[in-house]
Amino acid sequence: MVGADTIVKCLEKEGVEVLFGYPGVAICPFFNSILNTDIEAILVRTEQNAAHAANGYARVTGKVGVCVATSGPGATNLITGIATAYADSIPLVCITGQVESSLLGYDTFQEADITGAVESFVKYSYLIRDVKEIPRVFKEAFHIASTGRKGPVLIDIPSDIQRAAVQKFEYPEEVKLRTYKPTVKGHAVQIKKVITELSKAERPIICVGGGVLLSGARKELRAFAHKYNIPVVSTLMGIGAMPTDDELYFGMVGNNGKSYANKAMNESDLLIMIGARVADRAVSQPDLITENKVLVHIDVDPAEIGKQVGPHIPLVGDIKHIFKDFEAESFECNYSDWLNKLNEYKKNAPVRKSPSKDYVDPAVLIGLISDELEDDAIYVADVGQNQMWSCGYYKAKNGRFLTSGGMGTMGYSIPAAMGAKRGNNKKQVVAVCGDGSFQMSMMELATMQQYKIPFKIFVFHNGYLGLVREYQHNAYKANYSVVDLTGSPEFEHIAKAYNMGFMKLSNMDDIEKNVKTILSDDSPMLIEVMIDPMDTVK
Amino acid sequence: MKRLYSVLVENRSGVLSKVSGLFARRCFNIDSLAVGETDDPDVSCITIVSSGDKRTLEQIEKQLNKKIDVIKIKTFSEEESISRELMLVKVKYNKANRRELMEICEILGAQIVDMSKTLMTIQICDTPEKTNLLIQMLSSISVVEVARTGTLALQKCSLSD
Repeated sequence: MVGADTIVKCLEKEGVEVLFGYPGVAICPFFNSILNTDIEAILVRTEQNAAHAANGYARVTGKVGVCVATSGPGATNLITGIATAYADSIPLVCITGQVESSLLGYDTFQEADITGAVESFVKYSYLIRDVKEIPRVFKEAFHIASTGRKGPVLIDIPSDIQRAAVQKFEYPEEVKLRTYKPTVKGHAVQIKKVITELSKAERPIICVGGGVLLSGARKELRAFAHKYNIPVVSTLMGIGAMPTDDELYFGMVGNNGKSYANKAMNESDLLIMIGARVADRAVSQPDLITENKVLVHIDVDPAEIGKQVGPHIPLVGDIKHIFKDFEAESFECNYSDWLNKLNEYKKNAPVRKSPSKDYVDPAVLIGLISDELEDDAIYVADVGQNQMWSCGYYKAKNGRFLTSGGMGTMGYSIPAAMGAKRGNNKKQVVAVCGDGSFQMSMMELATMQQYKIPFKIFVFHNGYLGLVREYQHNAYKANYSVVDLTGSPEFEHIAKAYNMGFMKLSNMDDIEKNVKTILSDDSPMLIEVMIDPMDTVK
Repeated sequence: MKRLYSVLVENRSGVLSKVSGLFARRCFNIDSLAVGETDDPDVSCITIVSSGDKRTLEQIEKQLNKKIDVIKIKTFSEEESISRELMLVKVKYNKANRRELMEICEILGAQIVDMSKTLMTIQICDTPEKTNLLIQMLSSISVVEVARTGTLALQKCSLSD
């Protein structure tokens, strides 16, 4: 038995059933050992997408996603994917091969100081120097990635360590980390304070972020909101925590959010932020959200509390746990006047201007896709106008909405959808991207076909990097600079080249029927959607 | 506002870079930084003097606490701390200013620890204010080289301890 065999055994012990990777010389011992197990190793077409696929997989399964790359360029290619996962607190274990221990530091062929390079994008990283460390390191890595505020952990393993002989494999029963003990249970006094504020409040609002989904507290949130009729808004990462048609849900906040969601937050007298970072795109002026209101901030990461804004009531803990504690409390309240007001705002919200009839209206299309999707389907949005339209018009039910929120990484949707589908192949999966983001990861159509991971890809074709063009339109007087995508391939030929189904939606004719047809089966399909090049989010 | 952080960390390779990298990435100031092993060889103590507004000083502590290699952080203001810095200053001297140099050293409690016909090395171990004062006093004479440890600090003992 060699080091690489013990790595594989560690993965088995952690219940890993699939990993996404790309081999190279420095990680070859590992890829040799992986053949002797039931763990499926999926060959992506570039390393960044291995991290994105592991990200999509982790988000739908609740397990830790695993990606593997070789040393040097393989490892550095992973970085964007690691940073994407870090920004959205997605649990990953990223394994990289490294040059031989004795050559470390000599600028050897394909040597890169990957633990140094990813330092600010990982929760923790290891460079293994002794084969005996492997079991402990893997045990710790999976523990760190999946507990507290989740995130990526990187393990760098020199090739000689992978080849080193091992006598016996013993996986530790538990982790011994004297410095790492995330708070799970919320402070009882703080919990009581929140309940007291709720009983005093006239206009409370709950703003949920991605933390609610990461903690698996969706059911608890919905139950709590409904028990007391508390209205809820969400950040981009919190989309799907509440069903869109829920009478207590008032949309996404922020500069690309719904006007009534922002009004609800601004006019509230009690704002409860749960698992949200108070990030710049959601709250452009953090100081304002403490004016004339009580701010409660609930998060598993104490450093997020007070980072942007000092709350009146900080509450650190795991959200699911905290909801359980809330459940044990009870109080009297009646927010019906407030709800009436919010419903009034919602009813009178400005309606999006429909684009030219010669094109598809993305808002209508996204609505139709959501209606047609199964109850628990997974919708993956990329980055750009397609993402903003998706946030605005996707109707959440009991499925999942995935997107790269914190980092805004273009090209996320196809590999993430692939990981999501591989994580739960019974669920319907659609990826929605622009013609820009599609071309950043279209090489993964090969992976989809090779490993039979089918899903539908809607490519919003407007011939521009639309969100940047829209920004240049507003901020630079329509002086468009380097946003024209002329030269893009015929998407029909791409579909044909990868042996996938294809459909083109040119305008709104028969759109309902066409969406039904597209989503009627589980075969892989590319759908080109013609969008008015001048169409805008706002 | 100045604040001192006494950060106990795992004595492993790369930990100092993780800690200092955190300061760089989040635009936190480092006024001074000193590292050394503690009585436990597995534990190092990094003493950092930083400055910033209240939010920044709180974030420094919270972000440091998130680092898995950080075992414990003690933080205190200058008034609450006993702080010392060791400094070595090499100066060029001549007959005319030798007397003056010796007087400065005597007044500030510094010692002359090495000398040649033209150079001498002065050592001071005192509060950062005193070491700065010595530099100022010596700058009118000719300073050749300076090496200083950065501030080391521990919280003051209180009568109730």
